[in-house]
Amino acid sequence: MRHRTLAAVAAIAVSGLALAGCSSAESAPADETGDRTITVAYQKTSAFHQLDDLFQKVKPEFEAANPDVTVDLQPIESEDEYFTKLALMNGSADTAPDVIYEDTFQIRSDAAAGYLLPIDDYVAQWEDWGQFYDAAKEAGLGDDGKTYGVSMGTDTRAIYYNKDLFAAAGLPTDWQPTSWDDILDAARALKASNPDVIPLNIYGSKAAVEQTSMQGVEMLLYGTDSTLYNTDSQKWVTDSTGMKDTFGFYQDLYSEGLGTPLDLALDTTIGSRVSTELIPQGKVAMAIDGSWLPGGWIEGQSAWPEWEQTIGLAKMPTQDGGDPGFTSMSGGWTLAVGAQTDYPKTSFDFIAMALNQENSLKYDTENSQIAVRDDVATSDAYLSYNPTFAFFSDLVQYTHFRPATPDYSQISSALQQAVESVITGDATAEEATSAYDEDLTKIVSESNVEQGD
Amino acid sequence: MTTTSSRLPSAPHGAGGRRRTFRAISRSTPLVPALILLAIFLVGPMGFALWGSLTNAALTGYRAAKPQFIGLDNYAALFADADFWNSVVLTLVFVLFSAIIGQNVLGLAIAVLLRASSRIVSTIVSTLVVVAWVLPEIVAAFALYAFFSADGTLNSVLDGLGLGSVSWLIDYPMLSVILANIWRGTAFSMLVYNAALGEVPPEITEAAQIDGTNTVQRFFLVTLPMIRRSIATNLMLTTLQTLGTFGLIWVMTGGGPGTRSSTLPVLAYQEAFRFAQVGYGTAIAAVTIVLGAVFAAIYIKILKPEVES
Repeated sequence: MRHRTLAAVAAIAVSGLALAGCSSAESAPADETGDRTITVAYQKTSAFHQLDDLFQKVKPEFEAANPDVTVDLQPIESEDEYFTKLALMNGSADTAPDVIYEDTFQIRSDAAAGYLLPIDDYVAQWEDWGQFYDAAKEAGLGDDGKTYGVSMGTDTRAIYYNKDLFAAAGLPTDWQPTSWDDILDAARALKASNPDVIPLNIYGSKAAVEQTSMQGVEMLLYGTDSTLYNTDSQKWVTDSTGMKDTFGFYQDLYSEGLGTPLDLALDTTIGSRVSTELIPQGKVAMAIDGSWLPGGWIEGQSAWPEWEQTIGLAKMPTQDGGDPGFTSMSGGWTLAVGAQTDYPKTSFDFIAMALNQENSLKYDTENSQIAVRDDVATSDAYLSYNPTFAFFSDLVQYTHFRPATPDYSQISSALQQAVESVITGDATAEEATSAYDEDLTKIVSESNVEQGD
Repeated sequence: MTTTSSRLPSAPHGAGGRRRTFRAISRSTPLVPALILLAIFLVGPMGFALWGSLTNAALTGYRAAKPQFIGLDNYAALFADADFWNSVVLTLVFVLFSAIIGQNVLGLAIAVLLRASSRIVSTIVSTLVVVAWVLPEIVAAFALYAFFSADGTLNSVLDGLGLGSVSWLIDYPMLSVILANIWRGTAFSMLVYNAALGEVPPEITEAAQIDGTNTVQRFFLVTLPMIRRSIATNLMLTTLQTLGTFGLIWVMTGGGPGTRSSTLPVLAYQEAFRFAQVGYGTAIAAVTIVLGAVFAAIYIKILKPEVES
């Protein structure tokens, strides 16, 4: 009896192992024929549905062109944990997606982690590849110089402001600040004229993740004389005046009650709420945010036709108006092939269809992206779609890119942690700077940092 | 003392001893599958986690592809980190106030009161309390978030009473999560104590009553000592449960604002999955296990004399 139980347990264990062995050994045929399924992992939130729209359109087209293929769309409906969930999916061959919606700043990191497949051979044979701008191609490169992602478009950032609230506060409706002080002065005037509105939303919490680093800290920091990362010496900068001033801006903003109340700012849905709720309802007077916002106002669930009359756009000034006067940050997203895919060619073919001229145009217009394909960027259909395209494209001359080293995502988290301690009043600008420096040094090690000025 | 007690079950040696050994082995054989499962699903992962805490594994980047063995570096960094000690203190505060004091005292009080009240009242109250226990953690957490949030139920009530509203989750994050955990866990203590009180023989309390003790004296001098074992067991269970509480705190405050409600499980999650430092996060989890073991050892010490007597 006992022996039989043991034997049964052993048999189950062995067969389990054998099955596991089979499934991993069963690799795809090189020519990729027969019934096959590719999974596509991407982000979808209440404010960001445009990519889902695109894939819903491409899926039937791709399946019609490739009758053996099933496209399994796997939207990750999370605003703040997209990267974590993706990394965990990539951690196991059973769950790793075939096609991945991948932020340009994660490419080098995820390529180094072995999550992404180099696609140089495929793009080389892709006739559309010549349409992509060189900068967009570079954004898809890994540390090893291989191509890991096809750019979907890029973006810039600026200040959205509510002209009605500005007029009520006696501020000009064609406003253009030339220093941080101009912004703070406007915020004070807005608060005085209407205490119920949030004068300025600038992301500053861990809950807002990368929005805090990019639309928040870096929009300020890159307008100072300091930088996050010294590209010449390839070292990360600690204890810089610019960082202290950046945190100091947050400190001023929150100590005077000019920022977003903490119960909102610390909410993980803050990003969606700003664009779909707070700005349209006139609850935020100024918001430093990305070029994609009007995409959500033009059509979809959060359509807001009045935005063109209500919203003004101002360039983000440098700290004290020093050269070149304005600043912006650029990022952008790509589609990449997962390294554990059994069907690399099919996966790439899907990307090629999703980002052909017609579909790139659809996505870039609807999501207010700055187009990176020449045939899209110069087309009338693109240029006439949205009145803000000219404004945001013009910011490309002032823009900065994040130092996308494999450590960046961790360093970005450290920035978010530091700035949150400032807005909650747990730390001064000085203390937050040293906390950040400590975290940074822990991440990249002592030999990869240098003292800033 | 010990030598006498060990010789007490004076069994014949020799053949009998051998027979006993054989019987012991044959009796424990049915445990083998359970032991194998325990090894695979409990000891295995714990060992793996312990090994993970000795590496610099990350969620992305080079260290995700090739984690290196770094010995005790994670622990050294951890013990030098102010955030970690902050989390240890918060964890102890959380366990002390929500489990040891809150759930146990309140659970015992409700159990005592229910035994004295009518059947209808006791049914209604215990149903209400048990609902909190039956709700899945994530549902309970969202309910409590809605209760404590800035425009939530609690503030509506306070506003209605003209007391003004408070940003509970921002200004009093620890108080909020402690109250939430008490609300959620009290039912379990209540059920345990209800059963324990039912086991106290009525003739003993009656005898004490005849000896002239009042209700309070009877409770502290007779009932409490008699249910001491249940108290120790319940303390152990609620402490370990509370030590591992993650979903409740994560949903309600996300460990914030800042790190003001980052207990050890929250800190471990943040380091491992937000900061992508899996090895470092695992080290925090390992420390949490040790903390749980310390609590368990203390309670077993309390429990022990009762077992031997």
